[in-house]
Amino acid sequence: MPVANSFAQYDVDLQAMIAEVETFQMIAPPVAAMGRRSFIKLAGYAGGGLVLAFNLDLRAARAEGLPAVTKSHAGESHPAETTTLNSFVRIAPDNTVTLYSKGPEIGQGIKTAFGLIIAEELDADWKTVKVDQAPINPKVYGYQGAGGSTSIPRGWDQLRQAGATARAMLIAAAAAQWKVPASECTAAASVVSHTPSGRKLTYGALAKAAAAQPVPDVAKVPLKARADYKLLGKRYTGVDNAKVVTGKPLFGIDVQMPGMLYANYVKCPAVGGKVKSANLDEIKKMPGVVDAFVLDGTGNPLEVMPGVAIIAKSTWEAFKAKAALKVDWDESAASKDSLTQAAAKAKEIATKMPAPANTVGDVDAAFASAGKVVEASYDYAMVSHQHLEPQNSTAWWHDGTMEIWTPSQQADRGLAMVIAMLKLPEDKVVVHQTRAGGGFGRRLMNDYMCEAAAIALKVNAPVKLQWKREDDFSHDFFRAGGYHFLKGAVDKAGKLTAIQNHLVTFSVDGSRPVSGGGRSNNSFPTDMAPNVRYAVSLMPLQIPCGPWRAPTDNVQMFVAGSFLHEMSIAANCDHVEFLLDWFARPLAAAAVAAQGPPPDLSRTYNPTRAAGVLKLAAEKSGWGKKLPPGRGLGIAFGFSYGGHVAEAVELSVDAKKRVTVHKITVVADIGPIINLSGAENQVQGGAIDGLSTAMGLEIGVEQGRIQQANFGDYPILRMRSAPPVEAHFIQSDFRPAGLGEPCVPPLAAALGNAIFAATGERVRTMPFKRAGYSI
Amino acid sequence: MSFQLNINRKPQTVDAAEDTPLLWVLRDTLDMKGTKYGCGIGACGACTVLMDGRPIRSCLTPVSQAKGNITTIEGLAENGKLHVLQQTWIDLDVAQCGYCQGGQILSAAALLAEHPKPTDDDILAAMTGNICRCATYNRIKAAIHQAAGSHADTKGDTHAGS
Repeated sequence: MPVANSFAQYDVDLQAMIAEVETFQMIAPPVAAMGRRSFIKLAGYAGGGLVLAFNLDLRAARAEGLPAVTKSHAGESHPAETTTLNSFVRIAPDNTVTLYSKGPEIGQGIKTAFGLIIAEELDADWKTVKVDQAPINPKVYGYQGAGGSTSIPRGWDQLRQAGATARAMLIAAAAAQWKVPASECTAAASVVSHTPSGRKLTYGALAKAAAAQPVPDVAKVPLKARADYKLLGKRYTGVDNAKVVTGKPLFGIDVQMPGMLYANYVKCPAVGGKVKSANLDEIKKMPGVVDAFVLDGTGNPLEVMPGVAIIAKSTWEAFKAKAALKVDWDESAASKDSLTQAAAKAKEIATKMPAPANTVGDVDAAFASAGKVVEASYDYAMVSHQHLEPQNSTAWWHDGTMEIWTPSQQADRGLAMVIAMLKLPEDKVVVHQTRAGGGFGRRLMNDYMCEAAAIALKVNAPVKLQWKREDDFSHDFFRAGGYHFLKGAVDKAGKLTAIQNHLVTFSVDGSRPVSGGGRSNNSFPTDMAPNVRYAVSLMPLQIPCGPWRAPTDNVQMFVAGSFLHEMSIAANCDHVEFLLDWFARPLAAAAVAAQGPPPDLSRTYNPTRAAGVLKLAAEKSGWGKKLPPGRGLGIAFGFSYGGHVAEAVELSVDAKKRVTVHKITVVADIGPIINLSGAENQVQGGAIDGLSTAMGLEIGVEQGRIQQANFGDYPILRMRSAPPVEAHFIQSDFRPAGLGEPCVPPLAAALGNAIFAATGERVRTMPFKRAGYSI
Repeated sequence: MSFQLNINRKPQTVDAAEDTPLLWVLRDTLDMKGTKYGCGIGACGACTVLMDGRPIRSCLTPVSQAKGNITTIEGLAENGKLHVLQQTWIDLDVAQCGYCQGGQILSAAALLAEHPKPTDDDILAAMTGNICRCATYNRIKAAIHQAAGSHADTKGDTHAGS
């Protein structure tokens, strides 16, 4: 049965969104250059802006852990006596520098990293820097999401310019006061010095005069060279860590408002089902229940699907009512998907390779003249995100304004979605960004925010929508599963000559792979071998899929990295030597790129960087060393989301296929490191997430229903199974890449290659528990 | 119903249905947000609090059974001084998203109360009930060892590498 248009629209919207996030030309506007007045003006009217946001923050300050702020004069409100230099920098007379982080903190460390980037160019004293969350206002800040590990590279110029122009204004103010040329003044640790006379003034003392200085042309404000960094590259603890370890309210779930009510929203367990009837009268009589009503929704799972909202005086009472709710669902348009049937169908389709989507060279000739040909089929399961803070948002419909607090990963897009969905004027929706208890791609979608807004319209109080963990399982945008049927050839000299890849994946509209289920240009580039044939078959799927940490790469690099190992073994070649030889292959892509705009070299696969990380990973992991029986070392490389990463896994496997991972070695080249501590965290987290997911995580679907309900069915790796992860970085002058994603993809292949080294058995399925392995 | 609780060395009287989990009494009734909802089935450890020094899952503990002295993450620091684990957590920059860390710290605090110099095995036994979805396990282990002044069996922890 074809999926309804309104439903299928989700995949169209999502793929457009992902493309936009990943299209790197969309560099943030140079708002740092924007004058203070125009910033205030924009902030004042866009989206209700700073005035409204900060007024309301007085009430919500506690919930968001924000400082109390006072309104000083019309059009601008800020902490008493502080001076705004631009949309990222405020300075108080006591020399406290407040920097605004425009992006969401989801555990990737962006609030600390953004602060450091601005502070570096500002020459601020990090000890007296405070980093606050910026208002959600894309007209002022540009992109305010966290997707595709692009926060750092996108913000890199903008944030440095914000710091550097503010610094130039402070120096200009000092020079004017001292009546000396600005060129004789220097700045360091929030103090401007006049070198010849030794006079000094703090930023706090200069801020007011600095704000009256003309904003310099960003093009004429020099930015520091990497060698001159005073802050970047060292270790810093997260700016909110003191609040985290003392249990202060920071997260979306922690928002509390006077008179606030609590909601749960019950949707059809098979996505797409509609409410026929429900025992609402019974539910409304339950203790603590204030109201219960049906929402028709928009029919788009990115927004609001049909369901029943329960409004109660406490979360527990809402959850109890949910348990007692009986809904008769109309499942005529609901998902009937079955992944066991899909797996069987994929095997049938395997032999019916369609016309190739891409062809390079002459694959058949390469196979005919090959020294060795290898055929293999790989598959991987659907998986879920399951960040630890269940979905929630608080919404308050008041005075004709919809005000929302959300732990979204892309609240700027959520803002636009709520404006469109509720058909409200732009200035009548205000969104506040809270910290998020994990994201992993799930919170690029704003369905929980849209639901909260739709519910709040019918509730005469602030209302916190709280999903149960079970809701997070049953209504995710999953990472799609997929099937690969591969054939590769090496010539008699042991060189890779041909790859044929038939991908069988899922589709919403029947014309292209579902979001996250497509081909990865990084993992399976057409120049993977001199002769390539690549074809895609599609199977229908209604269960929503979407971006999951390092979308597409996280599965396709498992296949590519494992199959390349199969090829090197067939070629009787050392795998590191084989990969280095493969890196050095001529790249057909260069000729293609020459026709378009010049490629952004910091985002482009670079053979030298690839070889650099692989060689260092080989060295640090002890590649080539003798290992006892049952122990193996595997290695894999991935270029993903701007990061060149090599990972080595050393493990033992016992007779019952129990795996003990002794060490993971990660070498990443992501350009310059901003915060070494945060970067190590992302390396460790990414690699262990890769291990956790590769070993044991799988979502099943039958009759449109998700078969896993909670962590009991979904064994996210625990400390007992977590190996030490050693992080190494090769730093360079390329624009920095993000690091939330690049360390996930190579892990599964390195793991499988290590198991092969230890046991001689090739694992061609994820999770590995399907092949009998446990950790 | 009315219940007398002792939370962070302070008596509290709360009105709630007797089956209400302590978790929601803390969060919704007492507005103490440090104790987190993760799974509601005692599987993830985000809701860990101490009752008479022992870690319990507040999502599975009805308020009617919360009869001992309860310590939440808000009450771990005494007289304005952070618990050594809290300070070490900051020093080693353990948190990523931070959502599970209150529960992690309380599990670790109970461990150190019983084993002041824990081995790796002691740590694994005490901490394996707490999921960290961001996988900060290396640093959690290192932080417990550092706070305890004990020694890790394995290398490759928080400051490994170059």
